[in-house]
Amino acid sequence: MSAVLQVNGLEVSVRGERGERIKIVDNVSFAASKGEVLALIGESGSGKTTIALALMGYARRGCTVSGGEILIGDTDVLALSRAELFGFRGNRVSYVSQSAAAAFNPSKTIMDQVIESAVLHRLSSKTEARAKAIKIFESLALPNPETIGNQYPHQVSGGQLQRLMAAMALMSDPEVLVLDEPTTALDVTTQIEVLRSFKKVVADSGITAVYVSHDLSVVAQMADQIVVLKNGTVREAGATMQVLDAPSDEYTRSLMAAAKSIVRVQPQSLDASDVSPAKPLLELRGVTAGFGKTDRDGMPRFRVLHAVELSLERGSTLGIIGESGCGKSTLARTIAGLHPAAAGSVCLDGETLAPHLSRRTREQLRRVQIVFQNADTALNPAQTVEQVLGRPLAFYHGLSADAARKRIARLLEQVKLPANIAPRRCAELSGGQKQRINLARALAADPDIILCDEVTSALDTVVGAAILDLIAELRRELDVAFVFISHDISAVRSVCDDILVLYAGRTVEIGKRDNFTGGPGHPYTDLLISSVPELRQGWLEETHAKTVAEPNSSLPGNGDLCAFLDRCPVRQVGTCDKTPPPRLTHGNGNEVLCHLGQTKA
Amino acid sequence: MTRIQGSGWVGLLLVLMWLLVALFGPMLAHYEVGAIVAPDVFERMGGAHFLGSDYLGRDVLSRLMNGARFTVGLSFGAALLASASGASLALFSAISGRWIDETVSRLMDALISIPGKILALVIVAAFGSSMLLLLLIAAISYMPGAFRIARSLAVNLNQMDYVQVARARGEGRVHIAIFEILPNMIHPLLADFGLRFVFVVLLLSGLSFLGLGVQPPDADLGSLVRENISGLSEAAPAIIAPAMAIATLTIGVNLLIDSLASGGRSVTDEAQR
Repeated sequence: MSAVLQVNGLEVSVRGERGERIKIVDNVSFAASKGEVLALIGESGSGKTTIALALMGYARRGCTVSGGEILIGDTDVLALSRAELFGFRGNRVSYVSQSAAAAFNPSKTIMDQVIESAVLHRLSSKTEARAKAIKIFESLALPNPETIGNQYPHQVSGGQLQRLMAAMALMSDPEVLVLDEPTTALDVTTQIEVLRSFKKVVADSGITAVYVSHDLSVVAQMADQIVVLKNGTVREAGATMQVLDAPSDEYTRSLMAAAKSIVRVQPQSLDASDVSPAKPLLELRGVTAGFGKTDRDGMPRFRVLHAVELSLERGSTLGIIGESGCGKSTLARTIAGLHPAAAGSVCLDGETLAPHLSRRTREQLRRVQIVFQNADTALNPAQTVEQVLGRPLAFYHGLSADAARKRIARLLEQVKLPANIAPRRCAELSGGQKQRINLARALAADPDIILCDEVTSALDTVVGAAILDLIAELRRELDVAFVFISHDISAVRSVCDDILVLYAGRTVEIGKRDNFTGGPGHPYTDLLISSVPELRQGWLEETHAKTVAEPNSSLPGNGDLCAFLDRCPVRQVGTCDKTPPPRLTHGNGNEVLCHLGQTKA
Repeated sequence: MTRIQGSGWVGLLLVLMWLLVALFGPMLAHYEVGAIVAPDVFERMGGAHFLGSDYLGRDVLSRLMNGARFTVGLSFGAALLASASGASLALFSAISGRWIDETVSRLMDALISIPGKILALVIVAAFGSSMLLLLLIAAISYMPGAFRIARSLAVNLNQMDYVQVARARGEGRVHIAIFEILPNMIHPLLADFGLRFVFVVLLLSGLSFLGLGVQPPDADLGSLVRENISGLSEAAPAIIAPAMAIATLTIGVNLLIDSLASGGRSVTDEAQR
């Protein structure tokens, strides 16, 4: 079989500060034959997107393809002229980027954008193109393929938009389809649908696909071949089976170790909880919050949190998990007082905190610290590490410059950073280092509770795993309680004692960590757990994760009824759409907001 | 952190030259400002008078060296005043509550709606021309623009996570404004200052051209252009030299500021009236 795509000794370089050439991709070679899916995997900065773009004959600003050749069929991509590239790109090679939301123009209908390139390349008339687009929508399992194209990008969900972008790429019947992290920005429950439809389309059309990802588990489902990249060089390449079963390279093994879900903390020792009776460190009672104008009862128009209850013991960790938009970040902000609750109370050590932080005492503020997801924006780029860490020390503890310097050195040691990093500016640090500083700043206050809002989500797998290790270690060493918010159940499972599942602002299940391994609980929890890709081939076909793909809007949208009703695969007509679900305690001790356990029991 | 490169050096050179001229020009000038020293009007370049003579037969080079002081000094002062007051007001407005923000912003909008040159004409006509008045007029005319840019920067920065962290820590508004927000808007503000400086030079030159700026026998660069306007048909250096002076000064400042600011975010050119 001859290769459709062949890359030989590809080399991409950038100009350094003194005009010297720095290779960011060096001697990369691979080949894929018709109908094959080849995965490029590596951490950020490994050159995987640079290679993907080079396949289109494109180098980002400042980069030049300085060597090697790329053959698509018999065409040498790098030898094409500008005019030839115009006919080549989007025609014989198509590209699907990570963020479909950013790739679509919000002011044009989806159909106009999907057929734009076909019409531009004069491949077909508008009517033909439309008919073809609808066929592709169908094959991608999009709902209402006839009419979805008439909508605007903001009217469809993120997972649908990602598939629509693939449809756009498939319009020209390309020989090679480049998928650049197409599911990274999606929730796991959405990701699974998108992966399934991509896999089907690739199999049906016999297209050659290059799948770029940092996630080994996702790649295991999609790829026939895997190329592992690090720092622009190939570390390992081979058939998926072989790379997964018998990785020969050290780096591949570290990637696999990071992808495995391991439990990093032991459950609290029982005698500890015997000593401190009752009174939890943090307690939320009926916390309701939202956005928009408040009505006569003081309730906001768009409610994000509905009467959330939780309690947190000293030194323990609570995981909060849910998909994007479920209100988990709002919950953290409400606890921190950044987003005042409309109703309910937040109690710290039995003492009720004011809803808004301006009315809390400095001591109360000190005891609850928040760590934001994105360390790039959470650290002031104009400040040095020393200034960032020094401020809470001076602000809360009034430390002198000398004492502060010693404390900063201790803090840096705690988060495993070298002391000589202190005078550097935050903008000069790597993503993992920034996140460590972000944590260290919270530790500087000597808090009782640290709220971690998606702290590992923006990081590479290996770096994220190291941050989880750090959190687990800090928990053991210091007497700090964590509220760990994430959309990634394996991250939550690895560091938390208790887990709270949030769906549409409601607690649908809460219980001990060990009960969240796939046993029957709330249908949403089950879906969430079974949607996390496993690190083996064939998982995608076997998993029983299923949803009613599209929300069924004909169901009554009564606020008291189960919020998961329209997506629930096991809903019971007559019960679920008539009466609000009860909060039941299951056999394993989990509290579940669902009718289901009741009927079974 | 900030490095000057390429065209920035040209800018720096031009700016330094004009600063030196402004500071030491009057001392170095060969002739008195008002002295009529040449036998003929609109003399060519070279000879006894390097840049020729003006419409009364005065030495152009000497008048230029004396005039630079007014243009550079007044413009620098006015632009600094406009940018500083605009930025402070913007910071205050961004960290204050909605009502204060609205009030200040609408006031600035009202100020923006008054055409600057007309305002300047009216004020000068009413109070007569003086250095202080010119400085204030220029500062007031260009303050709302600086406010607008600074406020939009501050409002954006106010939403950044690190500001939220500071707020969650319990920091006061003043601390947040000065230590968290201000350092991150300094680069775009510098670029904006360069623009303001140029606009002020043009406003003052315009006023002088109309005879309402610096009064004789002193003359700033704008007045020099105006009083020698009759030499235009003869292509006299007396009119070309001050015009070139205005051009090199404004271009120099912009080149310098651009290269300083390129490290920060680019600032979109505010639509000028």
